[in-house]
Amino acid sequence: MPQFQKKTQIIRIERFASDIVRLTLDSPDIASVARPGQFVMIRTGNGKDPLLRRPFSISQTSNQKHFQILFKVVGRGTLLLSHCREGEFLSVLGPLGSGFTVDCQRMNCLVGGGMGIAPLLFLGKTLSRTCPENSPLVVVGSRTKEELEPLVNDFNEIGLTVHPATDDGSLGHHGLVTDVLKKLDLRGDSEIFVCGPHPMMAAVHFFCEERGYACQVSMETSMACGMGACLGCIVPVKNGAYAHACSDGPVFDSKELLWQVR
Amino acid sequence: MASEVNGVDLRVSIGSLKLKNPVMTASGTFGYAREFEPYVNLHRLGAVVVKGISLEPRFGNPPPRIVETSCGMLNAIGLENVGVERFISEKMETLRQVNVPVFVNILGDTLDEYREIASRLAGVEGIAGIEVNISCPNVKKGGVAFGTDPEMAAVVTKAVKENSTVPIMVKLSPNVTDITVIARAVEDAGADAVSLINTLIGLAIDHRSRKPALANVIGGLSGPAIKPVALRMVYQVAQAVSLPVIGVGGIETTEDVLEFMLAGATAVQIGTANFVNPRASEEAVEGLAHYVATERLGSIREMIGGLVLP
Repeated sequence: MPQFQKKTQIIRIERFASDIVRLTLDSPDIASVARPGQFVMIRTGNGKDPLLRRPFSISQTSNQKHFQILFKVVGRGTLLLSHCREGEFLSVLGPLGSGFTVDCQRMNCLVGGGMGIAPLLFLGKTLSRTCPENSPLVVVGSRTKEELEPLVNDFNEIGLTVHPATDDGSLGHHGLVTDVLKKLDLRGDSEIFVCGPHPMMAAVHFFCEERGYACQVSMETSMACGMGACLGCIVPVKNGAYAHACSDGPVFDSKELLWQVR
Repeated sequence: MASEVNGVDLRVSIGSLKLKNPVMTASGTFGYAREFEPYVNLHRLGAVVVKGISLEPRFGNPPPRIVETSCGMLNAIGLENVGVERFISEKMETLRQVNVPVFVNILGDTLDEYREIASRLAGVEGIAGIEVNISCPNVKKGGVAFGTDPEMAAVVTKAVKENSTVPIMVKLSPNVTDITVIARAVEDAGADAVSLINTLIGLAIDHRSRKPALANVIGGLSGPAIKPVALRMVYQVAQAVSLPVIGVGGIETTEDVLEFMLAGATAVQIGTANFVNPRASEEAVEGLAHYVATERLGSIREMIGGLVLP
């Protein structure tokens, strides 16, 4: 798999809420080979502090030239990144990790929460192109309409119908995405693609187990290198062993992972 | 194998082993080297040191294993590795295809384990040297005790040396009162080189959750934050022993490499910087070649121990 370390220019910055930012980066190398579910590692500054790169899912590519990342300010690295300006350059490593595996014959359903919606937009776009006869269902949730609406619009733009949910009821269902998912009329051969907060992914995993649906999850962990060297980004799998989110994932068959029973 | 970059002499020796330049990669930060192939021309490096290998495979510590700290990071990976047999059958198989000297970092909980891994690796084609990890702070048994007690450090060194067919380099822990005592002990026991420093034991706390940031509670601090400590220890050890000293700790750039060499290091290992810039090691090789050329040095070896004291 081709991987690159590149200086990439920020060509567009969008702010969806005070703490949610989307960057469009110019990198034909990365954009032309990236697959949905893959991620990049980005340096958020030029100095030694913060030292490590931060991982971001690729949330969309366009014209094999640009790709986007969507993030919420959660710490110093993302805060610095949120202060970047258009025209500036960022050091980007990628694309990294495995992507989602899709099967056009199945009923595909994308379930995203918060920043976890990011890679699903890329997946939705790819599915609409590769499986034109079989549009995926999309269920996405976030805190408020302000955060969610721009993403819902993006899905609508590629012709996908979205079932939204918000914590405050300002858009779509007032509550959890899992409530919405459970009410959908899903076929027995459904495959669910999920990315979001850990409790949400666990709930979706157990729901799929119960119904016999296939389920692919995209895991988020802290990560130092993104390329299988630091061994810091582990997720527990069965038999007491661990998988590495960066090189074995970040996308896993949810059955391979060890989920806490809640 | 080119021994020079653009006609510049960067060669250094570690015991009987000749390296084409002094830039190595540090154990645990470079995987089994193949992970870095998309970014680095591995054959241009002085040597690579692979992730620590134990007799049996280890799963390592539960998450979280890493946390960023000011100008550095803490890790408690817990020595996750594939075990010596799989290392030989799988990892060495691919490493042999890369034209770069390979040091195998080994670790054990008991003296017998060290002895057994060393014997198992003896004669395996493609291994240039052994780095003996007596200093990993993450395993409760063994590691720390061997690295902090001069007698135990000597016993392990001797056991590995007796069972090895290649030069051995002992990696020293900075978590001791006087590192020169340990360095002298392993020199007397037959080590061919010492590498230092391993990580400094640290703790990070999340005040909001009131929990330690790492599941293992304590971890090893690495990165630019530890460079001054590493430089000081290299300087002290280089004066205390006549073995080649391999400097490790917060090295990222050509300038960092030069500083370690001035302090007395014959070679260096680049560690945490590989995570941030996977090309750091190769860039340092290029930077050293440029430095030797522009400064009109006969060779990079002129820098070793060249510190000008006030």
